Amino acid sequence: MGEYPVIQTSNLKKIYKMGDVEVHALDGVSFKVYKGEVVSIMGPSGSGKSTLMNLLGCLDRPTSGRYVLDGEEVSLLDDDQLADIRNRKVGFVFQSFNLLTRQTALANVELPMRYAGLVEDRKERAKKALESVGLGDRIFHRPTELSGGQQQRVAVARALVNNPAILMADEPTGNLDSKAGKEIMELLLKLNRDRGTTLIIVTHDPNIAAQTQRVIRLRDGLIEEAVK
Amino acid sequence: MNLGQAVIEALESLYSNKLRSILTILGIIIGVGAVIAMLAVGEGAQSTITGSISGIGTNLLFVYSGNMSNSDVRNVKPITMEDADALLDQYQAPSVEAIAPMVSGSLEVTAGGEKKVSTINGVTPDYQSVRNAELKEGTFITEENILGRASVAVVGVDVATALFDRTDGLIGESIRINGQPFRIIGVLKSKGGSSFGSQDNVVLIPLTTAQARLFNKTSDDIDMLLVQATSSETVNSASDEIANILRLRHRTKIGLDDFTIFSQQDFVSTAKTITGVFTIFLGGIAAISLLVGGIGIMNIMLVSVTERTREIGLRKALGARKRDILIQFLTESSLLSLLGGIIGIGLGWLISFIVGKIAAASGSPFNPLITFNSILLATLFSTAVGLFFGLYPANRAANLEPVEALRYE
Repeated sequence: MGEYPVIQTSNLKKIYKMGDVEVHALDGVSFKVYKGEVVSIMGPSGSGKSTLMNLLGCLDRPTSGRYVLDGEEVSLLDDDQLADIRNRKVGFVFQSFNLLTRQTALANVELPMRYAGLVEDRKERAKKALESVGLGDRIFHRPTELSGGQQQRVAVARALVNNPAILMADEPTGNLDSKAGKEIMELLLKLNRDRGTTLIIVTHDPNIAAQTQRVIRLRDGLIEEAVK
Repeated sequence: MNLGQAVIEALESLYSNKLRSILTILGIIIGVGAVIAMLAVGEGAQSTITGSISGIGTNLLFVYSGNMSNSDVRNVKPITMEDADALLDQYQAPSVEAIAPMVSGSLEVTAGGEKKVSTINGVTPDYQSVRNAELKEGTFITEENILGRASVAVVGVDVATALFDRTDGLIGESIRINGQPFRIIGVLKSKGGSSFGSQDNVVLIPLTTAQARLFNKTSDDIDMLLVQATSSETVNSASDEIANILRLRHRTKIGLDDFTIFSQQDFVSTAKTITGVFTIFLGGIAAISLLVGGIGIMNIMLVSVTERTREIGLRKALGARKRDILIQFLTESSLLSLLGGIIGIGLGWLISFIVGKIAAASGSPFNPLITFNSILLATLFSTAVGLFFGLYPANRAANLEPVEALRYE
């Protein structure tokens, strides 16, 4: 992979106001993630891990600092522009899967393309994405008819279907047993190898972190060390 | 997201909460049903009443003495036979076709132990053409009957039924009005109508007989003139001509007419105004229940937004813009009210049908009318209710912060 920085942050800060007290959830974080990298973000609770993930995933705006995602400055965009960036450039995999339980696997995977305004070959693309995570024979199942591991695979397919610049996974194995968890990690790493998808995994689990190329450790809103 | 998908998704979501959706829709069904039924009853009443007024005759003017709208009028002169004759002047009143003077009152009619209180009208032969009075059998009152003050009567079907239990073969039968014997010479065809009491509960006798023997009046004294104009266009000019002649004859001051001219159109428009107010009143009460239904929608949509906070967060994370979420929830609330509206129209139709049946069974036939306008109104109004009451919850959903929404348990 080249040396193209997909993520560039400089002096990223997020300050919450709790009444009169200011909480510095992130206190000036600067780092880069290059295309095709697999990076994990670790840290104890309260370290600013979730805040950083929300900012990287464009779910929230920094109080100050710059954040360039895939060549676009996103720290100054409004809500709808952020929604658009999330749609095109970020794929999310959540700890609790977050699938729409009423919809089939196929419809769940189609959802990001609907918000992208895609109409043509939407079903085809969703089907291919499900095949690529090994669920080609389960496309019309609803989440309640799938195991946890299978549900998380649907979520991975959904995250990938718009070909995002980065894939953000928040404790992707946290709700799974160890066997299913291992399979999901293998799937994510395989996608990284085959497609060059940039992976950012937020986790508590040192075993997961060990499988990534680089660990960003946070403590009290600052980067503790960046091991390459 | 296009609208078609939004509708399908909204239907799926409503379907997944069947009972809740049905209960919410029920509020709208009852509201729309009530509006439709009440409007139908109002419209039906209007058309029945105006229809029965039109059935009195065509191009009619009613002239009677007195002026109820001006209390400064004193020394009211009665309308007389001379007045009636003067109005027949071809030159001064070219728009007047015919005149039927009459006296009228309510008296008890008896025959063979049966009795019925009826309207007794003392009339002239012209009454028949002016009032479109058609006969089932027999003859109408003639000029000789008038001159001879004959004790003859033409009876309406209600009277015939009440006294003899039949409506034909009655010629030559005798009845007593206020104890005085009269011989039946004709039976009127039924006119129907019920708004001013039945037009069939009537007995017609010669004007002179009525004046002398029933109402103790002089041969000059008349209660009312029925004037027929030459055509519907000349009703207004006929009214002006009559007014001019009567002002001259009664020597009234300007603006102080001691008589009143009322046209059939006036009656119709008065009746329309009354039934219109009545309709609005009924519709307004029904609309309140529609409003309550709307609040029900708002309530359930707020619950739904809270329940689906995580889903909204997820959709936003996947790239849904505010507008997408807004449309999603507005589609749901509009669909709820639209479905309720459609079923409500059916219910309203059913209610008005039943009201019509009950009215027919209780002897005052009247057809509730469901007009295209009332259906349009109810549909638009119910959808508007859904949009309006859906707006706040949908807006609340659209403005959720994705981070907060995703964290919501």
